[in-house]
Amino acid sequence: MENSILVRDLTKRFPGFTLDRVSFQVPKGRIVGFIGENGAGKSTTIRLILNDLKKDGGTVELLGRDHTDPAVKNDLGVVFDACNFPEAFTPLDVEKVLSGVYSVWDGQAYRGYLKRFALPERKRVKTFSKGMKMKLSIAAALAHRPRLLILDEATAGLDPVIRDEILDILLDFIQDEEHSVFFSSHITSDIQKIADYVVLIHQGKIVFEEEKDVLLDQYGILRCGKGTEVEPGDYIVRRETGVSAEYLVRDRSAAGKKYPKAVADAASLEDIMLFYIKGEAS
Amino acid sequence: MYLTNQYARYGQYKGGDPIDILISNSSGKPIYEQICQQIKTQIMDGTLTAGEALPSMRALAKELHLSVITVQRAYEDLTRDGFIETVSGKGSFVAAQNQEFIREERLREAEGLLQRAAELGRSHGIPLEKLTGILTLFYEEGD
Repeated sequence: MENSILVRDLTKRFPGFTLDRVSFQVPKGRIVGFIGENGAGKSTTIRLILNDLKKDGGTVELLGRDHTDPAVKNDLGVVFDACNFPEAFTPLDVEKVLSGVYSVWDGQAYRGYLKRFALPERKRVKTFSKGMKMKLSIAAALAHRPRLLILDEATAGLDPVIRDEILDILLDFIQDEEHSVFFSSHITSDIQKIADYVVLIHQGKIVFEEEKDVLLDQYGILRCGKGTEVEPGDYIVRRETGVSAEYLVRDRSAAGKKYPKAVADAASLEDIMLFYIKGEAS
Repeated sequence: MYLTNQYARYGQYKGGDPIDILISNSSGKPIYEQICQQIKTQIMDGTLTAGEALPSMRALAKELHLSVITVQRAYEDLTRDGFIETVSGKGSFVAAQNQEFIREERLREAEGLLQRAAELGRSHGIPLEKLTGILTLFYEEGD
């Protein structure tokens, strides 16, 4: 089994929105970032993968098993953007409940994470900040020793220091090369740092699935004055601004050589996402 | 944990200092190339010596907050160029037999400098004999 997640033609129809034959994979030992604007279908995809929502078509394999197999959940750690623990619970209460739910519960590891994340064992969740709640969710997800961690907007609304700590936790998790992370976020800078692969979803469809380094090292933005016409075969997406035209190109150094009057810049993940969402395809 | 062990073991070689790698996000140079270049430089100037253990790819990725693939690519290039060796299950080590590679790398560097001298000479009318004379002088002075 080379893939921790293998999604093929996953489809779900809602009135007014269709998740349309979504396919991608999360290779073992890798971090895959899942980006897209709000409402693009990120959370729907994740809920379908987890079988919390019934799919209309397609297949999902988690750790080599069909996602409807109940045994799969034991190897899965899931973290959502909101903390789902009752406000009156302390981290120790959380442990009492969850250790009964999962067949594996590593209490020592759990308390180790509480200590490392500076979470008081005996204080109620309602006294916690948003960042602390998120870290508690992650500690709970890691305590049943998952092999695959799925996070849905886990860094949304958190300050840069805590987001950085969470990136650290994720990188720590994949020190074991059997582990993998699937990580949705509209904060592309987090994904830009640590993801091995990036999947972009837009209006219920996968726009691309690409190695992050290829996006950052090879893709680029070509900015041209009105006089320069770029051939349709040379760009992916085009955007008009008041004074110039901008083109997302697959190979910025080749584009820079071919159109010497234009400026060829590196593109951030955010730039690339905006181009695909706002621009017109060639 | 796995990571701590990796670092502890690595620390025994390096007196606890992690490897020095400085990544620039604005240099325009791909990050894997920056890692590759800096490790090469440290091998060539003797900061890293033959047989010395490098941090595992995953540990270095965590340390630098980079994706594993980026570090993996740098290690693959270093292996291809003969600077490091990767023993499966044990990690990556500075290669023992890299004197020739180092010399070749240095030769390329010298070629670059000489090319610049030749260009300067040609564009300003300095005769070749004058330049070779200077080179010979510098070279023999060092003996």
